[in-house]
Amino acid sequence: MSRLLAAPANLRRRHRAARAFRAICTVLTWFCLVLLAVLLVHATREGLPWLDLQFLSEFPSRFPERAGIKSALYGTLWLIGFTALFSIPIGVSAAIYLEEYAGRSRINTAIEVSIANLAGVPSIVYGILGLAVFVRWMALGRSVLAGAMTMSLLILPVIIIASREALRAVPNSIRYAAYALGATKWQTVRHHVLPSALSGILTGTILALSRAIGETAPLIMIGALTYVAFVPSGPMDQFTALPIQIFNWVSRPQQDFHELAAAGIVVLLVVLLLMNAVAVFIRHRSQRYRL
Amino acid sequence: MFLCALLSIVVTIGIIVVLAFEAVAFFRHVSIVEFFTDTRWFPLLEPRHFGVLPLLAGTFTIVVGSAVIGIPVGVASAIYLSEYASARARGIVKPVLEILAGIPTVVYGYFALTFVTPLLKHVVPSTNIFNAASASIVVGIMILPMVASLCDDALRAVPDSLRQGAYALGATPFEVATRVVVPGALSGIVASFVLALSRAVGETMAVTIAAGATPKLTLNPFESIQTMTAYIVQVSLGDTPAGSTEYQTIFAVGALLFCITLAANLAANRILRRFREVYE
Repeated sequence: MSRLLAAPANLRRRHRAARAFRAICTVLTWFCLVLLAVLLVHATREGLPWLDLQFLSEFPSRFPERAGIKSALYGTLWLIGFTALFSIPIGVSAAIYLEEYAGRSRINTAIEVSIANLAGVPSIVYGILGLAVFVRWMALGRSVLAGAMTMSLLILPVIIIASREALRAVPNSIRYAAYALGATKWQTVRHHVLPSALSGILTGTILALSRAIGETAPLIMIGALTYVAFVPSGPMDQFTALPIQIFNWVSRPQQDFHELAAAGIVVLLVVLLLMNAVAVFIRHRSQRYRL
Repeated sequence: MFLCALLSIVVTIGIIVVLAFEAVAFFRHVSIVEFFTDTRWFPLLEPRHFGVLPLLAGTFTIVVGSAVIGIPVGVASAIYLSEYASARARGIVKPVLEILAGIPTVVYGYFALTFVTPLLKHVVPSTNIFNAASASIVVGIMILPMVASLCDDALRAVPDSLRQGAYALGATPFEVATRVVVPGALSGIVASFVLALSRAVGETMAVTIAAGATPKLTLNPFESIQTMTAYIVQVSLGDTPAGSTEYQTIFAVGALLFCITLAANLAANRILRRFREVYE
């Protein structure tokens, strides 16, 4: 019996294995799609009956039918506003420095390594840092400011990494052309490199901020309150935020509060989806008009 | 601009100093031997016990459980995306994975508690309301997009000439994928596992909501447990005065958490650099 004669049966088996493998991979992948659908449908079905104007305009309450997310919405708005104020200038400048100015020195290597590591530090560790440094040591208390500073540290690595990628994608020919016309380094960066990289930087920043909106653990650490019946009027006020409010409702045993949490989740997801849509739109537009 | 970049070093040092400072203060009250060998963790009530093992075990359970869910599905999706998917299917699956990755962890916690746990109760009636299994499942879903997208990048970096060479020798698509492409991208795949597991270690909200608050050494995934991260949240929800031993425990546990994730992240980088397959 030669091996050649045995081949067809063997070959058939091998092709069967190949088909089965392909089917398994395909099914598992589309299973992710099903998961997402189940998750969204479940939250929407539970939360939708509670979702009305009153839900958006009322303060939280012991009585589910009167509870709303006004303070949480305002808190999130304040928090993200200040986070953007701190993190965008710092993150983009750091990226410009690392991409355009930094040479090969020991300190620059150390900066690169620490950014890479910071990106992998769990968010709750940032919360511990914020608690020790901003809340206690700098005595900012459990304020919007302390929360925003903690959040800024958390998303800085994300903004820096995304902005660096955008800057790196700007072709060198643009830089050389500017230099050839006599532009200084700063003029080149300011008027040519930065505008070309803007859409990429914006996309990365929006995605980073949308991550900050959903972060819960660091805010709990620095002591964002779970029950707030007022709207913050300045950066030193105490506050709550949307994910904190959701967490608070989820951790109660009553079914009604779970459904309120679902309604809060729907609002949170809509906000995040809108931000993502804006990011996708910016990316898409910049690709279309690229020379 | 240099100062902005320097901030990252300051933050890194800040984290280490803050954690070390309070953790050292903690270990003045509690011996480090007790911390790592005592099997009971009752830090808030007398008689107090500060053995971190139950919390470590809780975290370990979640990590193993989420790996069982997230890694096979993640790798399968990555192979599908890089080897089988049409451009159109890719255009659907990729954004879905991105959305899954972008959903806040508190939402996953809600999903675990109100959807996965009731489902598990149908299968295993003795399931506790708070249990490690449902938390593991959602943490698995959470790390899945990360595994999928990192592995996809690694698989696509394998040059097509290798695939075509294997097909020319008569290999089936299955053999090409598992004997040529996956080994060719192994460093990236292993690194993605390590990064995903490190993410599972640091995962906080889903395990706080769904896994419970009873630190215990158990292998039964249907019981309530507590992870390191969930403990830190539990303490900071209460009103613990600064300087007390309870307050210091969060820094001791946090320091341990930081060390574990840092080690994992460094290991992933090391794997990527040392074992990178270089293609021309």
